[in-house]
Amino acid sequence: MTDVATSGTPVLDVRSVAVDLGGRLALKDIDLTVRVGDLVGLIGPNGAGKTTLLRAILGLLTPHTGSIHLDGQPADRSRGTVGYVPQRHEFAWDFPLPVAKAVLTGRTHRIGWLRRPRAADREAVDEALERVAMTELRHRPIGELSGGQRQRVLVARALALRPRLLLLDEPFTGLDVPTQELLTSLFSQLSDEGKALLMTTHDLPAAADLATRLCLLNKTVIAEGPPDTLRDPAVWLRAFGVAKSDQLLTSLGVTR
Amino acid sequence: MNSVMDFLTGPWEHLFMRRAFAVAVMCGIVSGVVGAHVVLRGMAFIGDAVSHSVFPGVAIAFVFQFNLVLGGAVAGLLTALAVAVFSQNRRLKEDTVIGVFFAAAFGLGIVILSTAPGYSGSLESFLFGQILGISDGDVVTVAVMGLILLLIAGAVHKELVTVSLDRETATAMGLPVFALDVVLYALVTVTVVISLQAVGNILVLALLITPAACARLLTDRIGIMMALAPAIGAGSAVLGLYLSYAYNLAAGGLIVLVVTGVFIVCWLLAPRHGLLTARTHRRGHALAPDDVAAAPAQPTDNTALVERTPAA
Repeated sequence: MTDVATSGTPVLDVRSVAVDLGGRLALKDIDLTVRVGDLVGLIGPNGAGKTTLLRAILGLLTPHTGSIHLDGQPADRSRGTVGYVPQRHEFAWDFPLPVAKAVLTGRTHRIGWLRRPRAADREAVDEALERVAMTELRHRPIGELSGGQRQRVLVARALALRPRLLLLDEPFTGLDVPTQELLTSLFSQLSDEGKALLMTTHDLPAAADLATRLCLLNKTVIAEGPPDTLRDPAVWLRAFGVAKSDQLLTSLGVTR
Repeated sequence: MNSVMDFLTGPWEHLFMRRAFAVAVMCGIVSGVVGAHVVLRGMAFIGDAVSHSVFPGVAIAFVFQFNLVLGGAVAGLLTALAVAVFSQNRRLKEDTVIGVFFAAAFGLGIVILSTAPGYSGSLESFLFGQILGISDGDVVTVAVMGLILLLIAGAVHKELVTVSLDRETATAMGLPVFALDVVLYALVTVTVVISLQAVGNILVLALLITPAACARLLTDRIGIMMALAPAIGAGSAVLGLYLSYAYNLAAGGLIVLVVTGVFIVCWLLAPRHGLLTARTHRRGHALAPDDVAAAPAQPTDNTALVERTPAA
């Protein structure tokens, strides 16, 4: 598996995918490849279909046309191999669980029916907590965590699976600067270690700094490439569907 | 002293009271465990719906003399199906459809029951329980079904928790979320049916929801909650029976009143979260110097205020 990966088989391969949501075409002609070590920022306005694309990759939506492959396998046969970090409000924070137990639920399907967690599961949880700097808070009830700590719990839950591909939905939204910095450096480390990451974001400057590649999405892929190559303002204006916005372009660092 | 001993040992001299204690304790335990899942998923209303929708099945089973649990389960399932089908109409929300159908199921149950001889007596026993008139066979049924329910609840515990925490991610992992929902509904249905005899159709919700709600107030650990809820349910059931025997009052109603009393005490006095304890806890925080180191945020704010006041 490692040989295949290093020789360049994409961890994620999305080909001419179209997704139909209740009769409305939410995504069309999506081509996206994420390889080992990639940290791809998925950028687009609200309603561009970012979360829809993540859900299709997770197998929660069936594409209307096209194919999605994970490590060369069709996505619906690779269920449970992808680390997923949903938006924070998707999670029942009022549940009476300590941090470590919540992180362990990321491995429920791996542990298997009628089985208790084994040493490998506990090690994976310990390691994940360490990486998001939550080891000291492992016994804290999840209901008592701050927003930044909650985001770190969700990242740890995904990492506890030791996935090769990590999907993150708006991981930086509403976080304070220290948590943003912690997660930014964690994501770079993960990509250096050969994980593949795909994250949706509104925080364009941060994404441009962090990502190895950006993918501008608005129903379809408007442009894709390393941040440096996306200097053409027209591309950004098209992705966000605005005629002209100096503020947008400045905030992106496209023009200065 | 003697009267206390009489209060404690008196009921045990009667076989019907011994059976009542056995059934009440078992129902309290099972309802506590299943109820904890119901409360944590915020589906208490579903429990209400199930307790009504099993009624026609139980009534039919009663009139035609076959297994009450089976009859109740079939009726519950059919009602759930009707709700699922009629909810497809997007103008109506699911809870509205549930409201329509559980009232309908209840009406149907009463009509069926009215065909049986001794109608009002049997209606009353369905509504409020007949815990003092339980047979040995009933005790065995409750014991066996209760044990099966506990085993199933234990077997799928971590999967149920995972789904309740985050449905979307659980689905993405490949957990059979729909099947797990069905298992949870089935657990609720059977729990309701076996508890019918103890506290009756209307009051069964109190055994399902209230002890779990008490336990949630008392702890932030699901493991402790899973132990506390059954203990509170069983303990309240026993105390209710004692009171019922001593004062010759309705057993089912007293069990519910006792468990509701426990709920109110928990709500007021629960550690850290109770109304009164939270207040004294906060006051203690402001006064105790030991806590300053533990909670630096608050004192820092205070000093800032103090420093600013003279300047302004």
